[in-house]
Amino acid sequence: MSRFLSDKAVERLRSAGALPELSGSRYVLQEFLARGGMGVVYAAQDKTLNRRVAIKVLDSSDSHSMLGERLMREARVLAQLEHPGIVPVHDAGTLADGRVFYVMKFVEGSRVDQFLNSASSLPERLRLFLRICETVSFAHSRGILHRDLKPSNVMVGAFGEVLVIDWGLAKILRSDSAERSEETVSLTEPLSGAVAGNGETEITSATHDGMILGTPGFMSPEQAQGKSSSLDARTDIFSLGKLLETIITPTKNTTAIRIPRTLRAICEKAAAESLSQRYASVSALAEDVSRFLDGMPVSAYCENLWERAQRFYTRYQAAILLITAYLLMRAIFVFFGRH
Amino acid sequence: MNKIVLGLLLGALLGAIDGGTAWFTPAVRPAIVGIIFGSTFKGLIAGVAAGIFARKVNSVPLGILVGLAVGFVLAFLVAYLQHGYYFEIILPGSIVGGLVGWATQRYGAPATATAAAR
Repeated sequence: MSRFLSDKAVERLRSAGALPELSGSRYVLQEFLARGGMGVVYAAQDKTLNRRVAIKVLDSSDSHSMLGERLMREARVLAQLEHPGIVPVHDAGTLADGRVFYVMKFVEGSRVDQFLNSASSLPERLRLFLRICETVSFAHSRGILHRDLKPSNVMVGAFGEVLVIDWGLAKILRSDSAERSEETVSLTEPLSGAVAGNGETEITSATHDGMILGTPGFMSPEQAQGKSSSLDARTDIFSLGKLLETIITPTKNTTAIRIPRTLRAICEKAAAESLSQRYASVSALAEDVSRFLDGMPVSAYCENLWERAQRFYTRYQAAILLITAYLLMRAIFVFFGRH
Repeated sequence: MNKIVLGLLLGALLGAIDGGTAWFTPAVRPAIVGIIFGSTFKGLIAGVAAGIFARKVNSVPLGILVGLAVGFVLAFLVAYLQHGYYFEIILPGSIVGGLVGWATQRYGAPATATAAAR
């Protein structure tokens, strides 16, 4: 057949064949948005509610496959995580062509790495990071680890809302009476040990010990070693440390930002090689960043007397200048009053 | 403590201290009690104004500016009524206003938090 069709026409037919069959559903396909580990995300129009939504569709048409199960589990995990920093799931099911899908809020905005290209000050960047911490901390409180925190998995919406996306590698930690059991919601195709060095998620199909999940440069050493059973909140804290490092590092489009030693120490503590040296919780990390923003001492850095004095001056600069001006003025008036 | 109460108390305290410094000027020492009362009242008004502003606008530089401006106006009125000591009254009075403006921006609970705590 290809003898009668141009390569372009064949390619168009192929891509048309790959499109999900949304007929019979309440959604109308609009455009391709992104390709994830095992599925594709499209923009669609919800005919019933007359709104734009994002629809994640599985590549495979076998809804009973492991991948289909996993996509449904991802949808259920997201549905449990009702938080302003997590994209809400509206619907889930199986399409007429047998592909599993779920529908979520359509988020207009940019990925955090793109957002950082626009000029923003260090405090602004840190406040953005704190909002990421809030979301991750919330997920941890629900017993869920993200396991793939990186700049491309954080979105900044049109109105400044910060959303942590792609919970495809999320892991559910459950506390049973006898011992803690784990269930992983891994939603990616088997890539059998592929290592992507370009910020792409490195993924495997299973989550037992020895399997590697995450993104090089952002995944913790225990993740890189495939120690799935020893992962806890500190795994995400490592990634948050690396993420903080990226967020505070000036991009080529921004003016140079001087990174204080205290902030570097926070990054280093969060992304420490050893689990025991990291922050115990995301809220402890966020607390240190907040303290830094408020000009208070942080737990990650032991400052000397000079640094303490500098911080005190920076924190109370306006008051110190006003009081000094007042005292100087009074001294001058007293001096000239006597002479 | 809410921002208005903080401004009121701090304004009164700094105003009293500012008035007390008149003791170092021998010429006005006999009228020190009246000066302290007047200065306290002036600080009190500046503090309330700075506190009200801090409840509406959240900006330290603007808070300081408003404090300075209110302190300046009030101190000018006092100096005008006194017919003298313009610099000695206006400059420190403005700075006291600026300090209260700074404090009300940095400290004191916002109106919503105060209401929720009740």
